[in-house]
Amino acid sequence: MPQTKPTALIIGAGFTGIATAYDLAMRGFQVDVLERGELGSGTSGRTHGLLHSGARYCVHDQEAAVECVAENAILRKIARQCIEGNSGYFIAVNESDLAFAESFTRGAEQCSLPIAEVPPAELLTVEPMLSPQLLRAFRVNDGTFDPLRLAYAFAASARQHGARFYPYCEVEELLLDQSRRVVGASVWNRVTDQRQQYQADVLINTAGVWAGRIAAMAGIELPVKPVPGVMVAVEKRLCQNTINRLNEPGDGDIILPQRRMVVIGTTSFDAVDVDYIPIIREQVEQMVDQGSEMIPAIRQTAHRGVFMSSRPLIKASGDARNLARTCKVYDHEKSDGVGGFFSLIGGKATTCRAMAEKISDMVSARFGIDAACQTARIELESYRKFFQFGTEQA
Amino acid sequence: MNDLWKLTVQIKRYKPGRGQWTSTYNIQIHPDEYVLDAVEQIWAYQDRSLVYRHLCHHSTCGACGMRVNHREKLACITRIRDITRAGGTILIEPLRNMPVISDLAVDMGQFFRLLDEIDYDQVQPAGSLPTGKGIRPDKKQPDGIERLVDCLECGLCVSACPAGATSGEYMGPAALAAIQLSSSSGYADMLDLADSEDGAWRCHSAFACTDVCPSNVEPGWRIMDLRKKLIARQLSVMVKKNEVTHG
Repeated sequence: MPQTKPTALIIGAGFTGIATAYDLAMRGFQVDVLERGELGSGTSGRTHGLLHSGARYCVHDQEAAVECVAENAILRKIARQCIEGNSGYFIAVNESDLAFAESFTRGAEQCSLPIAEVPPAELLTVEPMLSPQLLRAFRVNDGTFDPLRLAYAFAASARQHGARFYPYCEVEELLLDQSRRVVGASVWNRVTDQRQQYQADVLINTAGVWAGRIAAMAGIELPVKPVPGVMVAVEKRLCQNTINRLNEPGDGDIILPQRRMVVIGTTSFDAVDVDYIPIIREQVEQMVDQGSEMIPAIRQTAHRGVFMSSRPLIKASGDARNLARTCKVYDHEKSDGVGGFFSLIGGKATTCRAMAEKISDMVSARFGIDAACQTARIELESYRKFFQFGTEQA
Repeated sequence: MNDLWKLTVQIKRYKPGRGQWTSTYNIQIHPDEYVLDAVEQIWAYQDRSLVYRHLCHHSTCGACGMRVNHREKLACITRIRDITRAGGTILIEPLRNMPVISDLAVDMGQFFRLLDEIDYDQVQPAGSLPTGKGIRPDKKQPDGIERLVDCLECGLCVSACPAGATSGEYMGPAALAAIQLSSSSGYADMLDLADSEDGAWRCHSAFACTDVCPSNVEPGWRIMDLRKKLIARQLSVMVKKNEVTHG
């Protein structure tokens, strides 16, 4: 292998970081990925696992909706191994829901998002546990995925192209040269309990809700805002497809089937430290109350697990729920005069491949590499392959 | 804050080059939280050097297998209330029968190598999957729906297996269950792989795997069923031979 490969160091192995590692490795970079915990153990792992059709965003965030339409189709092809490729339904169970139907159908049309109205009686034969109050329903292209297997399928594919992953390695300091160019990172390897340094031609910060901490190490303020929410998994698969409330996006308005469970999500609140968020009992009750408006049996079903997850949103004024779900790439040389350093914040699991493509385009252009992105058309390696490479400990 | 329980948590530690020791932590946690929350809280506030595996926190990914008070558990769905009392002690150890990387993280390379070879798909048509609790069907699964299968590939069964330590090459309950499931749904014929001393025949039928499985895969029963299939296959070969010689 020629020694002329440019080197990239990615900080944060969530969906975005792993997908970026894969994309850059395919375009000819030697990629190292640092992750302070397990791969995908931050926000990515704790997703409810919705493969978005885009319908959830088609009224208020149409840019995100359109992106979801495209990426949904791509992931169903390249990551079939870990996707329950079924459908989703938006359902109305009261007058307020019915009133939202018009903006929903208009939004879907504006985003060229395929939806189909399904008569309530017909849907109840497919989803008999739905509330008998069912008034109106639309089928959309939602699916669900397994977070570990999606993350590791991308990671196995990245490794196939020479990327190296260093889990349990926490970045403590960024290394800057005299011209304020980032040239590497100083890392605490928690496996060996030793400190070591990694050098690279370019650093990419994909630390999600923790991206602000990494950027601050280079004296840069990033507008990333952690917005946690609760999710409740119950012990029975009460629906076969994803069930959404036909209304403004809100709390407790989505029920996702996964294996033999369903997961009810979620809430939305402000938090500063998201390393550990205790479960807020009132929010759990709220999920049960709101979820059972769509599937009444939720109230009688035992809880299997309850967990908190923090979305990495882009800071803006206004209510957390209305923050844009698109992503933003920062070339810190342009925005802050710090060379060799990029950050990517925002976004969501469904669009991780597209986000990776976006930042890989920018980084490749900086290095004069004109290789096109190929990640949309090649099926990912088996996630099981990742574990077979053994662990990389430099 | 009176809702919180004071607990002592002991964690078996290991770092390459330093060896093994036990760390003891005092924590306060709500009894309806889970063992994984306790571990995460210790990592967040008391000891950042602690290494453990976790992702989904609701038992779909299978990453957080640990031994909790000497029993294999998926830490994310093991409620504090169900395993101790206020003022109690929890002992957390890594899974057995797999090499420890650091602290509670074990190397599942060999486990996944075998599962990859067997290639039992994680997503399958719901109608093709066993219904109800493994061997006890309850009702028909819906048509036209696919879902993630029951096995989370968490490795609890491998850790609990008393035969696991008798051979480094033993395939273990998860892989054998995957072969049984593949062969009954007509996927790949992996019976040859199972028909060896490190396959279905090494099992001691202790059913520890079935006991600890968090997902009702019932590997113990599946290994017994696999043996039936293997014997039936041998018998049919013998019968054919007999027909050739005497027929």
